[in-house]
Amino acid sequence: MGGRASAFLLVGFAALGLGLASLSAQTADAPPSDRKSGFDYMGPDSQAMQKDDLSNPGMLGVLDGEAMWNAPAGTTQKSCAACHGDARESMKGVAAKYPLLDEATKTPIDLVGRIDQCRVDRQQAAALPREGRESLALTAFVGLQSRGMPLAPPDDARLTPFRKAGEALYTRRMGQLNFSCAQCHDDNAGGHLGSAPIPQAHPTGYPIYRLEWQSLGSLQRRLRNCMVGTRAEPFAYGSPEFINLELYLNWRARGMEVETPGVRP
Amino acid sequence: MPKPGSRRSRMMFSVDRPALALASLLLSAGCAFAEDPARYVIENGAIASPLTGQPGDPARGRKIVAERQKGLCLLCHQGPFPEERFQGDLAPTLAGAGSRLSEGELRLRLVDGTKVNPETIMPSYYRTDHLQRVPPAFAGRTLLTAAEIEDVVAFLSTLRDEAKAGNPSKEAK
Ligand code: HEC
Ligand code: HEC
Ligand code: HEC
Repeated sequence: MGGRASAFLLVGFAALGLGLASLSAQTADAPPSDRKSGFDYMGPDSQAMQKDDLSNPGMLGVLDGEAMWNAPAGTTQKSCAACHGDARESMKGVAAKYPLLDEATKTPIDLVGRIDQCRVDRQQAAALPREGRESLALTAFVGLQSRGMPLAPPDDARLTPFRKAGEALYTRRMGQLNFSCAQCHDDNAGGHLGSAPIPQAHPTGYPIYRLEWQSLGSLQRRLRNCMVGTRAEPFAYGSPEFINLELYLNWRARGMEVETPGVRP
Repeated sequence: MPKPGSRRSRMMFSVDRPALALASLLLSAGCAFAEDPARYVIENGAIASPLTGQPGDPARGRKIVAERQKGLCLLCHQGPFPEERFQGDLAPTLAGAGSRLSEGELRLRLVDGTKVNPETIMPSYYRTDHLQRVPPAFAGRTLLTAAEIEDVVAFLSTLRDEAKAGNPSKEAK
């Protein structure tokens, strides 16, 4: 299992400069009935691990996140709960709509960024580094409150240019191996790269517990793995490129069920 | 995806020469090993002349093809490599490739498969222009050297097992 997954990792990945690839949002959309979560490509053991909260290692991060939710922090010494109350109510369905447009900056913001806004502006606490244990734990806890709900990216025309920019990245060849995301995840989904099944790249389970990582990780970390695999210079954490890609992936997967915290090989 | 080999490009005497990224010379120590790719001529869907003066060595070629991190071939292809588990299924089998394609056609397929099929997922093993977002460590470096291309061509030419040549799952696509 480690062998097949790491074959992909070691090889890294990559592609060519189609540059102005098609911007039409429809082309890459599989009809809903043909869409499959990465969960569907996993073996029964990994599926069972995700399904059972007692064996899903991602739930440990969720518990950490819950503790943080209730802990006073920053100079205000306010907890998240002090303002938001019971997350099961206040955070229900929230993760399913991110990224969305930040009214203050008129640019898209992802869930990690929104949580950090509350940390810094409202709790007056230190920002949580992306991909750090605490950021992942809080995001997983907030994400869990949308589990089982359909991904519901907002139908906000102001997001369209950003989503299209994300689609352009998705269809553009990159890296020394010269692949686009679409060549693997649309054209060859269901096939095997070495022994690794190629999933359709639906961002339904994030943050995920990835067996390869032995830890929780964000969608952006997963995307960086794909880019490094194709020997492309990965985008930076929190970069507009990643948020645009996430907007496009969420749109492509709209209506699919949130699985956070997913388990993946 | 068109059937392999179904689109023979007819480029008479076009000369391709991968650009050596200048920046890579400055940024990457690894690039000391990057070679300035040789000139070659594509004619009738093939590169007839070898890229080097030395004939390729099929044994070395087999090793390159089987090595996951070098050739990468078995990530996509299957082939007569009973010792290699985990062969991919994104491409036609390499078995019989030497009967289906001439040496020159095999050479073009490796050097720049986009000349055969512009949409191909197969990386161009001897071309470095046309790429975006290549990290400094890889910039300006071809995936294989000219000598390695010749080794692989020599090896593929020995794969003449017609019986195993078909790959129905791919052809059905
Ligand atoms: C060469 C093929 C290839 C390319 C190119 C590629 N990926 Fe992947 N991707 C994979 C494979 C294989 C996996 C599953 C890895 C595993 O299970 O070890 C994967 C996993 C993923 C996942 C995780 C899905 C889940 O169920 O959690 C996402 C999302 C994803 N890729 C998005 C992308 C994006 C966006 C790009 C372009 C920036 C990209 N990939 C480029 C092959 C590729
Ligand atoms: C001082 C009060 C306060 C604190 C403390 C606070 N928040 Fe917020 N939070 C808000 C307000 C106000 C909003 C904005 C609501 C709006 O714009 O509709 C918000 C918005 C959010 C949103 C976006 C909700 C949505 O529907 O898009 C999330 C997620 C969130 N907070 C998470 C957290 C987390 C996690 C913490 C603890 C780290 C936290 N907040 C701490 C006041 C607070
Ligand atoms: C990322 C996937 C991928 C990799 C890696 C790859 N190929 Fe291919 N290759 C393909 C595909 C797909 C085709 C089918 C034609 C097309 O779509 O271009 C092909 C076609 C071929 C053909 C022509 C087959 C025929 O019968 O017409 C040969 C020969 C070949 N590849 C050899 C190799 C060798 C040798 C390597 C490693 C040095 C390699 N390939 C690496 C995907 C790949």
